[in-house]
Amino acid sequence: MDMPRPDAAILSRKARIVARLREVLPADAVVDDLHELRAYECDALSAYRCPPLAAILPRSTTEVAAALKICHDEGVPVVPRGAGTSLAGGALPTADSVILGVARMNAVLEVSYTDRFIRVQSGRTNLSVSGAVEEAGFFYAPDPSSQLACAIAGNIAMNSGGAHCLKYGVTTNNLLGVTMVLMDGTVVEIGGPWMDAPGLDLLGVVCGSEGQLGVVTEATLRILPKPEGALPVLMGFDSSEVAGACVSDIIKAGVLPVAIEFMDRPCIEACEAFARAGYPMCEALLIVEVEGSEAEIRHQLDLIMQIARRHNPVELREAADADQAKRIWLGRKSAFGAMGQINDYMCLDGTIPVSSLPFVLKRIGELSRDFGLDVANVFHAGDGNMHPLILYNANLPGDQEKCEALGAEILKLCVEVGGCLTGEHGVGIEKRDLMAVQYGPADLEAQLRVKDVFDPKWLLNPAKVFPLPVTASRRAG
Amino acid sequence: MKGWGAVCSPTAFGLPPPEDIFEQMNEMRPASEAELCEIIRAASGPLVVRGGGTRGALPAGAVLETGGLNGVTLYEPGALTLVAGAGTPVAELEALLATEGQRLAFEVPDLRGLLGREGTSTLGGVVAENASGPRRVSVGACRDFCLGVRFVDGRGEVIRNGGRVMKNVTGYDLVKLLAGSRGRLGVLTEVALKVLPRPETEATLCLSGLSDAQAVEALSAALGSPYEVTGAAHLPGQGTYLRIEGFEGSVRYRLERLRAVLASYGAGAEVASPWAAIRDVTALAGRPGDLWRLSLRPSEAPGVVARLGAEAVVYDWGGGLVWALMAPGSDVVGRLGAFSGHATCLRGGVAGPEEPPTIATLTNRLRLQFDPRGVFA
Repeated sequence: MDMPRPDAAILSRKARIVARLREVLPADAVVDDLHELRAYECDALSAYRCPPLAAILPRSTTEVAAALKICHDEGVPVVPRGAGTSLAGGALPTADSVILGVARMNAVLEVSYTDRFIRVQSGRTNLSVSGAVEEAGFFYAPDPSSQLACAIAGNIAMNSGGAHCLKYGVTTNNLLGVTMVLMDGTVVEIGGPWMDAPGLDLLGVVCGSEGQLGVVTEATLRILPKPEGALPVLMGFDSSEVAGACVSDIIKAGVLPVAIEFMDRPCIEACEAFARAGYPMCEALLIVEVEGSEAEIRHQLDLIMQIARRHNPVELREAADADQAKRIWLGRKSAFGAMGQINDYMCLDGTIPVSSLPFVLKRIGELSRDFGLDVANVFHAGDGNMHPLILYNANLPGDQEKCEALGAEILKLCVEVGGCLTGEHGVGIEKRDLMAVQYGPADLEAQLRVKDVFDPKWLLNPAKVFPLPVTASRRAG
Repeated sequence: MKGWGAVCSPTAFGLPPPEDIFEQMNEMRPASEAELCEIIRAASGPLVVRGGGTRGALPAGAVLETGGLNGVTLYEPGALTLVAGAGTPVAELEALLATEGQRLAFEVPDLRGLLGREGTSTLGGVVAENASGPRRVSVGACRDFCLGVRFVDGRGEVIRNGGRVMKNVTGYDLVKLLAGSRGRLGVLTEVALKVLPRPETEATLCLSGLSDAQAVEALSAALGSPYEVTGAAHLPGQGTYLRIEGFEGSVRYRLERLRAVLASYGAGAEVASPWAAIRDVTALAGRPGDLWRLSLRPSEAPGVVARLGAEAVVYDWGGGLVWALMAPGSDVVGRLGAFSGHATCLRGGVAGPEEPPTIATLTNRLRLQFDPRGVFA
C-alpha cells in the first residue's frame, strides 16, 4: 500500500509549524516529540505505520478552527483521528501531516428526552453516548464491535454500522446534525434536532466522507427508547446454502429481527476453542435476535423457528433466560478475538446481495484453496455485510502480500455479484486501490468534485479513499 | 403537451433552432439514459426536471420529463431490495410490493390535493424531494431507504453512486446528496430502494381535547416509550393520533400499554386509520392562503405555531413537522423569529428565511460542480 512521498519543504518547516500551533493551543495539546508521536503512527490497521509531523489534541471547536487555519496557511496535510480504531487505515498519517485527535473533546453538551436527541463532542466513545442516556431508558442505536473504544467522530467519518442495523440503520440514519470545521478554519453548522434539511442534504454527504470534507467537533444524535426485552435463538445447518435460504425466508415472512448473524465452520471452531460458548459443530450457524415484550418475543421466535424447522436444522436452540442469551452471543462477540489468538488475520468488509450468499461462500472457499490461506466467515447476514477473516502469518515473508491479494480477489467477487467493497469499515488506504473496481472514472470524478468544494487545497486526509494516481494532480495543488 | 405553458422561445434555452423544435420537444421525454445525456449536453438551460409534477416547485424553464425512464429492473423480496427507473410511477411500485406483502416504508405523501396538482407521482420525483410521510418519525425518511442512484449531471455525464445492498460505505454518499436535491444537481435515472415487510395490522389511538402544547407533550411521551409508535400527529380541534403496527397480538398489547403511559392525557379511543389524510395534509387542501412547511425541534413547535397566528395547522412527526396555512402575504419570517429548524413556503410567493452564509456557499459550490453551465433551473 503506497503512501505519497512526504513534502520535504513541510518537513523542513516543522519547528515553525509547531510554534505557530502552540500559539493557539494549550502547551499540552501539541505533541512534537518523536517518541510520543509513536502513539499516533497507526490505527487498528497496524500493518502500516508512520509517525506524523506533529499531533494536536484540541479541546474545543474554537481550538480546532484556529489550528486548522494555521495548517491551511502552511499547506500542511491534516489527518483527523477519533479513537484510532479504524480497520481501514483511515487515521494513518504521513510524515508531513499533522494528526488532529479529538479524544479530549468528549463532553455531553445537551440531552433532550422529549425531543429524543443527545448532543456530544465528537471524541466521546460510542458506548458512552448510550451510557449517558441509559438511566432514562434510552440508547444510541449504531453498535460497531469496537463501541467500547471507538469515537463518534470516527463513526461519522466511516458511517459505522453494527450488528443491529437491520432494524435501526447505520450512523447516517441516526445522525441529525454536526458542527464541523472546514480545512480553512470556517465553522459550519449542519442540521440540528430536526428531521430533514432545508436544502441539499450536506449532512448525508459529510457522514461517511472519511474525514476528508471537514473535522466534525460536535454531533447531534438521535436516541431511541430501549426495547422491553430481546432474545436470540441459535440455529445450526449442514450447509451455508440452507442457512442463506433460511435467512431469506425469515425476511420474506414479514419478521424483521434486529440482528441475523452468520458464522461458518472455521469460525465456529475458533470461537469454541476460545470462548467455549457451546456452539454445535456444523457448517453454518445463525444467531437471530428479536425484540419486544415477552409475548411479542415469543410470537416472533415461534414464527422464526417454524421457518427454521422447514430447513432441517441440525440444531435449534432457544435462550430460556438472559444467561443463556448471553452464552449464545458470547461466541459471536468473541469471534475476532478468537481468530486473533490463533493467527494474524485481515478482516474484510464487503457487502453482497443476500441472495448470492451461497455462491459467494463457495467461491471464497475456492479462492482460499487457490491462495493456500484459510478464511473464516462471520457476518451480518440480514444485510449481506460479510466479514471474511483471512488468516496469515505476519512473520512469514510474503504472507501479508498474499493475504492482501486474496482479500482483493474476495472484494472484487463482492462487487461482481452486485455488492460493494466495504459495508461499514470504510475505504481508508486498505480498499483505496480497488475503488476503480466498483466505480467508473466519472463516478469517482463526481466524488472528487465534492471534496474540491469542501477542501479545495486537498489537505484533509488527502491520501485516502481514492486511488493515488486519480488524486495526484489535485494533491499537488 | 403538459408543462409547456411557460416556454416561449426555445432559443432562449440554448435549444436547437426552430426547425428542430418538434424533434427537440419529443426528446424532452427521453426514452433512455443516453437520450437524456444528449438533451442535457445540447441544452444550456434552464431545464425543469419533472417526474409527474405532483410535488415540489415548478420553476420557469423547458420541462424535461423523466416518465420514459421507467420499469422495475430488479426486485428481490428476500433481500428487501427493489431497483427501478426514475420515471416509474410510485403506484406501480406499491402494487408490485403489495403482491409480496411489502411496501415503501417511508410512506410517500400524495400532495396533489394540497398543492392543486394533477399527474402521476414517480419514483424519481419522490426521491428528488425526499418525500417522507408520518412514518419518518420511526423508520426514517425516503433518503434513508435509498441504496443507490444513477443520475445524469449538468455536463451530461452518467454518474453511479451507492449500489443495491443495505450497507455500503464505499466512497462518498452521493445517494443522500441527490435525495432531496430537487433536480438541481442532476437528473435521476434509476434508484435502488430498501423496502420493508407490510405489517399484519395497525391500530390508532386518538386523544381528544388537548392543547397544542399538551398534544406535543403526549406525542413525545409516546415516542419515548418502548411501544414502537410509527405515527404521531396532532390536528388541532380534531385529535391527537398515535399509530402502532405489527402482528395482531403485539399491536393489541402495545396499544394498551401506550394508553396506560398516556393516561394523564385522557382515556383515548381507538379510531379508524387517519394516516392517509395526515400523510397527504388533506386538512389544509383546497383552502386559499399561503402554505408553509416547518421542520423543527418538536418541543418548540407549539410556541412557534402560536407566534405564527396561522389559519390552520397540522402537526406530524411528533411535532417535528408543521404544515401551516397562512393569510395571504403574512410575514411568516418575521413572526417565526429565531427557532430550531427551518421553514419553506410552498405557496404564496414569499421567500423563506435565508440559509446561513456558510451553508449557502457550500450549496452553491456543489451546484457549480455538478451543473457548471447552470442547465438545471
